[in-house]
Amino acid sequence: MIYEVFRRERNGQAFEHAGSVVAPDTEFAEAWAREQYGRRGESVALWLVPRDAIHDVEDWADEFDLKYRRVDGYSIKARLKEARERAIARAG
Amino acid sequence: MRDEQAFLECVQGGGQVETADWMPDDYRAKLVKFIEMHGNSELMGVLPEREWILRAPTLQRKLALTAKVQDEVGHAQLIYRVVEDLGKPRERCLADLVDGKAKFHNVFHYPTKTWGDVGVIAWLVDAAAIISQKALLKCSYAPYARIMKKICWEESFHILHGRDVILAMVTGTPEQFELVQEALDRWWGPLMQFHGNPIPKDEDPMYVWRIKSQGNEEARQQFLEGYVPQILELGLTVPDPKLRRRDDGTWEYSEPDWDELKHVVTGHGPKTGERLAFRRRFLAQEQWVRDAVLAA
Amino acid sequence: MNEQLLGLADDELVIGWRDSEWTGIAPLLEEDVAFSSIAQNEIGHARAVYERLADDADALAFDRRLDDYRCAPLVELRLLDWANTIARRWLYEVADEIRITALMDDADFGGLAAKINREEVYHRMHAEMWRERLRDEPRFRAAVTALWPYALGVVLPEQRAALAARTGLDEVDAVERGSHTDDFAPLWEEMTMVRRSAPAGAQW
Repeated sequence: MIYEVFRRERNGQAFEHAGSVVAPDTEFAEAWAREQYGRRGESVALWLVPRDAIHDVEDWADEFDLKYRRVDGYSIKARLKEARERAIARAG
Repeated sequence: MRDEQAFLECVQGGGQVETADWMPDDYRAKLVKFIEMHGNSELMGVLPEREWILRAPTLQRKLALTAKVQDEVGHAQLIYRVVEDLGKPRERCLADLVDGKAKFHNVFHYPTKTWGDVGVIAWLVDAAAIISQKALLKCSYAPYARIMKKICWEESFHILHGRDVILAMVTGTPEQFELVQEALDRWWGPLMQFHGNPIPKDEDPMYVWRIKSQGNEEARQQFLEGYVPQILELGLTVPDPKLRRRDDGTWEYSEPDWDELKHVVTGHGPKTGERLAFRRRFLAQEQWVRDAVLAA
Repeated sequence: MNEQLLGLADDELVIGWRDSEWTGIAPLLEEDVAFSSIAQNEIGHARAVYERLADDADALAFDRRLDDYRCAPLVELRLLDWANTIARRWLYEVADEIRITALMDDADFGGLAAKINREEVYHRMHAEMWRERLRDEPRFRAAVTALWPYALGVVLPEQRAALAARTGLDEVDAVERGSHTDDFAPLWEEMTMVRRSAPAGAQW
């Protein structure tokens, strides 16, 4: 069985995917993951998750281009320039 | 997007590929062969070093060498896992290796003779390997690029260890200094062949597919630039009368023996047969263990 | 006490050497890595004890004559097959736990014994994990039977009943410390060859 390994490098950090180990059960998976991802003290914690348990999400529908939901959906440079120029004109 | 041209443009533009992505058959085939050879090399490099763990002259050196070699087996494990996700199971890789059907790097086909070899291997052979490995951090195949990060991090410990072993000997007895020089004299040829013949990178499919991000000659020049000064400053000599640094900063050297390289990597090195036989013997002897354990 | 500590250190040094023999040829790469960790811990324990006993731990570890080593015959045996290797690992860890726990009561040595004991927890887990997997395997059972008299020789006579209770095996005559097996001389030869090639005091 393939176990995906996630590791937390330091307290305060999120778990990050580190790789995978092939093992017959969680006992062996733990023993072997400890070695591969912890023998040099590089992890404070590990999560072992059977690959089968992972639910993939990769499809996204974006048919109507709802730009306002993204940073590139706003283009304020030109209008900001004009607003500043008008403010200067008003002050002068 | 099952278009080879588009794929090529993507990887040449710095794009990366994941396991489930479509890839041209040629890319996949070359990738598997390249990565498998790397895994084989890590594993075969263990055998010459194993002897010296058993003979290490201090407890500290025994520990450090054990840790170094352990990393190499760990690397093989990571690498074969990547190959397995690309479709070739580890068992088949190991079977092909011991049957002489798969390649591994030239340096691991040569004997080790003294503790001087231990220093030279950890310092210079690992240095040559790290140069290639750093270039692989940018591999277009992302799962391999990711494991290279961990591999490079661990290799940095090895070079320190190698340097320390060498320094202890070159500041020790005259006999110990000689052990280092003698080992260097034997390893220089294989080291110069290590990065492969100077095929222009645009003719190297590995570079074209951005599996490698650096040409062979570029890697060799980097090695010479980094390490020849370090070798010379210790009072050691390099056994190549033609070796010199040109005014433009590039290194000139005697043409490596490309026939020897070809001969060795096709399975005819001085220690190839013996080492493969050793692995084959234990692989067969302990098949029952894998059957007992992996039959979950 | 020093004899006992020297025996402990020599046991750890030699079993560490034997465990390192699997480098590159363990049945699974994962176990190659695991055995390397176990071996490093063992060498580390040997070093810590040698440092207690002498100023120069390396000299004590490597410069004695063959007959001056105090290791138990169990650790000397050349066992390059997995069934015997795991049998030895398991028997040694059970015996060593009894030995180390007893030493934790010592005024001088107790602290170091406790440290060693904490590291051994992982070794015991590993040995137990394998014993579970192989317990029905005839090769393994035969290996345990053959190595059992040697395992008894690792602990003091007064500790053997406890060892028998832990393993569930009947107490038999132990193969005692004191004389070396035929397997020890080649090990000693290889272990000390580089060091013997240079004058005493050479730095490595």
